[in-house]
Amino acid sequence: MFTNSYAIVQSCFKRPLQLQRRYLSFLPLVASAVATTGGVFLGNSIRLADQLENDEIDQNITKGERELKENKTVKPRFERPPKNYPNHVPLYAYEKAAMFLFSSIGALLHPEKNQYIVALGESTAIPPYLRWLRKQMLEDETGREILKNRPYITSETLHMDKLKKYPENSFGKVYYEWLLRENVSPDTRVNVKFIDDEELAFVFQRYRQCHDFYHALTGLPIAREGEIAVKFFEFLNIGIPFAGMGALFAPLNLKKHQRERLLSVYYPWAIDTAAHCKKNLINVYWEKIMDKDVDELRAELGITKPPDMRKLRKLAKERRHAAKKMIAEVNK
Amino acid sequence: MVGIELEIKAIANRLRQPFNRLFSTSLRASNEEAKLADFGYRKVPVEQKEKLVHGVFSSVASNYDIMNDVMSMGIHRLWKCHMINKLDCGMRPNSGKPLQFLDVAGGTGDVAFGLLDHANEKYGDNESKMIVADINPDMLKEGERRCLKTRYANSPRIKFMVQNGEKLESIPDNSIDVYTIAFGIRNFTNIQAGLDAAYRVMKPGGIFACLEFSQVHDPVLSYLYDLYSFSCLPMMGQLIANDRDSYEYLVESIRKFPNQEKFASMIRKAGFYVPGKGYEDLTFGVAAIHLGVKL
Repeated sequence: MFTNSYAIVQSCFKRPLQLQRRYLSFLPLVASAVATTGGVFLGNSIRLADQLENDEIDQNITKGERELKENKTVKPRFERPPKNYPNHVPLYAYEKAAMFLFSSIGALLHPEKNQYIVALGESTAIPPYLRWLRKQMLEDETGREILKNRPYITSETLHMDKLKKYPENSFGKVYYEWLLRENVSPDTRVNVKFIDDEELAFVFQRYRQCHDFYHALTGLPIAREGEIAVKFFEFLNIGIPFAGMGALFAPLNLKKHQRERLLSVYYPWAIDTAAHCKKNLINVYWEKIMDKDVDELRAELGITKPPDMRKLRKLAKERRHAAKKMIAEVNK
Repeated sequence: MVGIELEIKAIANRLRQPFNRLFSTSLRASNEEAKLADFGYRKVPVEQKEKLVHGVFSSVASNYDIMNDVMSMGIHRLWKCHMINKLDCGMRPNSGKPLQFLDVAGGTGDVAFGLLDHANEKYGDNESKMIVADINPDMLKEGERRCLKTRYANSPRIKFMVQNGEKLESIPDNSIDVYTIAFGIRNFTNIQAGLDAAYRVMKPGGIFACLEFSQVHDPVLSYLYDLYSFSCLPMMGQLIANDRDSYEYLVESIRKFPNQEKFASMIRKAGFYVPGKGYEDLTFGVAAIHLGVKL
């Protein structure tokens, strides 16, 4: 457009060689620049003027009526890039950064709200890390099977009604009982939306859906303390970055006695178990080992069960109440 | 011609969506006479739009005011106050006839209570009646709950009705003095039908007032507003209300809504007399109040 208008304006200024003045040769340049910028701002008026000349404008109707008749479709100014999988929401880089910032603040202040945990998990699961995790899956036979089959965990695919009838010490029965005890269901896991690559999104989804199995295997409850302990174990074993962040910062938001218990009992347990764990837990095909004996499973994986957190919490609470009562009596 | 356009649109749709959606869109492509309505930037069959909008508002009902506050940074309250002051409704002291107000799509009731309060404070009007109509019963229940905390609790002056704004079946002709609709008309499947229903129920001399999001004229502000709407708002919806999709729909429906002049022509087409330009821009065109009078 610029070169075209320059050529046109130059042709207007062409004179015989001997009469051309060198110091005026910048004029075509300036004139074409003005014409171009004028064109940018006057484009709509020029279009309307052309229409007027060609008798295409009905001057008896108002602007609003004309727009009603035209019925132009409005194109969005911003469009997201195409999706890679059905639930995909492709975010721009600055949006991912903003999501990381706000969800980390929200997760610290309100860890009970699922939306912050979900957003923080997906914004910190950066492609280099997920590619490393996928490599771990590809290097293991069961991991390859999982990547091939793409299992999706819901209460139907796990056959929850059948799990009830499994033998007492089987992993399936332990998992079912843990779900009942904590009053949760495997259907509440949110789908992954913000991870761009399709296979890496599956890898992260698999991690999210298997989270409850780690809870059941270790017996830790869904209370904040229990979640932090499981998160720390996950970080040491699977390497999820946001689990590490949680293990580092979340205890700051706990009550003092809970934090002390966590740091003195459960963090050492997590370090010890992760050191002795024989495989990356993302490579366990949980759906196929539901009928296995849970102690055998733990021995095979190299996991030890930590002290029952609910019992410890209950004992500690009773002791605190007893101590308060004694103090009250002494002070009377 | 129309059939070919629909088929081209269906093929373009198919190319844009991933493989496993092929079968669900092929049925739509084969039905050449399918009438499609706008649901944000998506096209959905006309019958489905109502259900989808219903779903959007059921999910946002309880968080509605928090999200409105966050989205417009509290300015929506100023807009509503401005509209109530501009309308200046109330039974004048020497008149013996109480007014009948109708607030459509006013589920949570803030405009309705504001109108009645204004009439009471400025004109001492304690008799004018109000009907709050909304197509979504969840929003209406929220409104009824809030009504219990105002001085109109359990009062026969306010009636809450589940009504489709495009038909207003239970409201008799020529019965309404003031018809207000705040941020509701962009969700109608057929906006012209909503305006025609409004014309039908109003008394001659009645005022139609519509407060709605509209188009920003200034190009720089429009760019910033678009950036805010497409990036910030869905993210806020996701993090605060845990509902990204509803807020994406809300943003898209705002963009799809006709601009100020076009909407004023639609009001004129329904039969209203539109004074002057017909609209007043609020906050550079982010919202606009459209007025019409039934003569």
